[in-house]
Amino acid sequence: MTGTLGGALLVLAIALPLGATLLAFVHGGQAASRVARGALWLWLALAVAIMAAVIRQGEPISYQIGGFAPPIGIALAADGLAAAMLLAAAIILVAAGLFGRAAYPAPSWDKGGRAAFAYWCLLPALAASLAVAFLARDLFSLFVALEMLTFTALALACLDGRPSQFKAELRYLLFALLGSVLYLLGCALFYGAYGTLDIGLLAGNTRADAPTRLAGALMTVGLLAKMAVFPLHLWLPPAHAGAPPAGSALLSGLVVKGAFVLLVRLWFWVLPGPPVAGAELLATLGAAAILVGSVVALRQEKLKALIAYSTVAQIGYLFLMFPLLMAGDPDAATRAWMGGMLQATSHALAKAAMFLAAGLIVQSIGEDRVAGLCGAARATPFSVLAIGIGGLSLMGVPPSGGFTAKWMLLRASVDTGQWWWSLVILAGGLLTGGYVYRLVAAALSPAPEGATPRPVPRVQEAAVLVLALLSMVLGLLPLSMLGMAQIGQPVMAP
Amino acid sequence: MTAITPFALAAAGLVGLGLYGMLAQSSVLRKVIAFNLLGIGVFLVFGVAARRGAAAGLPADPVPQAMVITGLVVAFAATALALVLTLRLHQTTGAVTLAEDPAPPADSGMQPE
Amino acid sequence: MTAWLLDLPLALGMFGAGAATLAARSLFGAVLGFISTGLIAALVWVRLEAPDVALTEAVIGAAATSVIILYVASRISGGASAPAPPPIAQRLLAATLSVILAALLAHALHALPDPAPSLAAPILETMAPTGLGNPVTAVLMVQRSLDTLLESAVLVFAVFAIWSMAPERRWGRAPGPAFIAEPQGPLTFLAKVLPPIGIVIGIYIAWVGADAPGGKFQGGTVLAAMWVLPWIAGLIAPPSISDMRLRLAIAAGPLVFLMVGLAGFAVADGFLAYPPGFAKPLILLIETAMTLSVAAALACMIAGPPERRAQP
Repeated sequence: MTGTLGGALLVLAIALPLGATLLAFVHGGQAASRVARGALWLWLALAVAIMAAVIRQGEPISYQIGGFAPPIGIALAADGLAAAMLLAAAIILVAAGLFGRAAYPAPSWDKGGRAAFAYWCLLPALAASLAVAFLARDLFSLFVALEMLTFTALALACLDGRPSQFKAELRYLLFALLGSVLYLLGCALFYGAYGTLDIGLLAGNTRADAPTRLAGALMTVGLLAKMAVFPLHLWLPPAHAGAPPAGSALLSGLVVKGAFVLLVRLWFWVLPGPPVAGAELLATLGAAAILVGSVVALRQEKLKALIAYSTVAQIGYLFLMFPLLMAGDPDAATRAWMGGMLQATSHALAKAAMFLAAGLIVQSIGEDRVAGLCGAARATPFSVLAIGIGGLSLMGVPPSGGFTAKWMLLRASVDTGQWWWSLVILAGGLLTGGYVYRLVAAALSPAPEGATPRPVPRVQEAAVLVLALLSMVLGLLPLSMLGMAQIGQPVMAP
Repeated sequence: MTAITPFALAAAGLVGLGLYGMLAQSSVLRKVIAFNLLGIGVFLVFGVAARRGAAAGLPADPVPQAMVITGLVVAFAATALALVLTLRLHQTTGAVTLAEDPAPPADSGMQPE
Repeated sequence: MTAWLLDLPLALGMFGAGAATLAARSLFGAVLGFISTGLIAALVWVRLEAPDVALTEAVIGAAATSVIILYVASRISGGASAPAPPPIAQRLLAATLSVILAALLAHALHALPDPAPSLAAPILETMAPTGLGNPVTAVLMVQRSLDTLLESAVLVFAVFAIWSMAPERRWGRAPGPAFIAEPQGPLTFLAKVLPPIGIVIGIYIAWVGADAPGGKFQGGTVLAAMWVLPWIAGLIAPPSISDMRLRLAIAAGPLVFLMVGLAGFAVADGFLAYPPGFAKPLILLIETAMTLSVAAALACMIAGPPERRAQP
């Protein structure tokens, strides 16, 4: 047969949103919106089914396309990492679908229908791109997934059609294109050296020779550029802050995570031996991102710019797990791995909630400066609550998902004797507390005289609040549930 | 391998040229051209791998060739997107670079008829 | 030895043309340099025994890419002078990085293992039941069909991403700006003479792809050019993006591909598997739809987002 039990689910997770994108594109109009929303709900059901199948079998599920085993063909597989990311993505995209019903109600070919048509094509397109990025086990198929992500992200960010956004997006695109072409060069070298790009076949079989080292370095730099890791972060804040709320939420919450999953696959499956020195460099960049991103976020005057710089900082945490996984302590490695996965998923949920909530607040009180948020808590209580809850998760306050993530990274860094990373985690938490406090305090202060906030649709506020609550609930899950993240976790030889 | 060496060196050279062009030129259009030069070099690295993999009576391994065809089409789409953004940037702000402080908007594309 | 006599000048010429592209003073000069680099690269691909790629590089990499760059350049250059180069420190840093990368890459390519790994034999073996004669087409349509399906979807993604950047007031109109016809102009002449020949060539290239060098992407690109030429010459107006037939043409390739792929669950071994004996007709069906879609999608990408003032 062509894969393990349940492998066909992986195919459907790609085929369903892809088909929906094409149908929405061809049909247009109101049908596009219905097709996209229906497909996203089904996609969520598929993500749950994949998660259940992985947990039930206790090992990754896989599928070989066309019945050809690698290296001849391409394999799909879902391990704990892929299943968790897929589920987080599905939840966020369903929320974006609910949010979009009010924000982009009428796709049409008349004036005013542009953004709505694009939005309902882009949501399933993003789902398909992420599904490939999380499930494909072939470095070249992952290249195509990266390009799919770049194109959809770009269009999402330009949805408003504002002139200032074209410049930010062009800068993003040039970074992304350079990133993909460096990644592709790495693929070429890997193929020349091993005659396959299948991650399963490369795992454990790569040599520490010149082509492999260069390929690994090129792909890493390419992916770092796409993830906006310090010091390649400059494109992100304007690109994410200038996008419409739903766009920012998807870009900050999900698109950067696609590149992150690729980076994890490259480092822990493909590269030979544990490249410890490189991992420490990555973690140093991550630490710098945490500190610089948080400090700059503290000083932002615009609400969305603040949240965008917070993304730069929160991405930094993802890199702390690299040296902790390679320290040779299996318990600490497991903690670091689960910490990294939790950070990726809880940040995705929390950040999506915060950007959407920020959009609602701006829409209601017509003010996008942090100092002008007074009265927001009365005008849009659920949105402010969502920002507060999401903020707690970013800070790492118990019982949030962000707390468990940061606690596990902290424990792992102490256990492996790399205590300096724990200082960064603590400092980052304090700085995050600072900028979240600024937001919440401003929003709680009384409204100015004569303020007339506009009401926002309840379904939008509800979708946003649910996202924020889910980022909190992640921290309440029993450890046995979190253990699913370990299914398929790579074993690093000390 | 003798037939491959000059092409491998040229591919490496084009990659260097393309990277330089993307980093050291300010005109966006020039950057896009440099991206495509870089692409030619990267694709030729696949070509070198394909030619080295001649076997079973085939003069070159077909798998990297198929990847290049896919890559070329994707690169074209990326170029088209970058150019449309460049055009819209120019139409709405008059800018042709990514330098800060754009000229005041002269929104030709969006002015009422 | 004779190989060196041919290959060394090609390699040097390609690098020289690439350097000339960067050194060119005018944008037009840079595009000329780029076309030359691309065309020499196509010859290099011939020398690397990869005629399918040579054709793709010439048609898409060099020709179509240059056309679209020149087209945008012509619409921008009216309003802009050449921008100032970046500071010398940035250029020095870029030069250092580029030289280091080129040197490391040359070294890595030299250090590739001997004998080189190859999938040629298993590809030939697994393509035999399909009846295809061109191994590159087999990889694209059989062994690595997922990549090709995704790539055809990428073209659709790119089209709606480009359309979504349209000015709000022009949404729903035909792709691209309105071109004014010049009845006596050279473009008009080309637009009248070339398409009949070009369409035949495009269909031929797409058709022979199953067994000989060629295929849907190369043929589709030629067809796209033949469709765009009369638009640019102002002879015919393209369909507007609100026309469902245009959108169906753009999405037909991936739609048919996806449906055949899903049908594989029922009638063959699984997703994107072909039932024994029906592989070649199914692949030809997909390729026909893909040729149409590549032509329509590339034409729309070249034309750009809708900018016309009035409905055609």
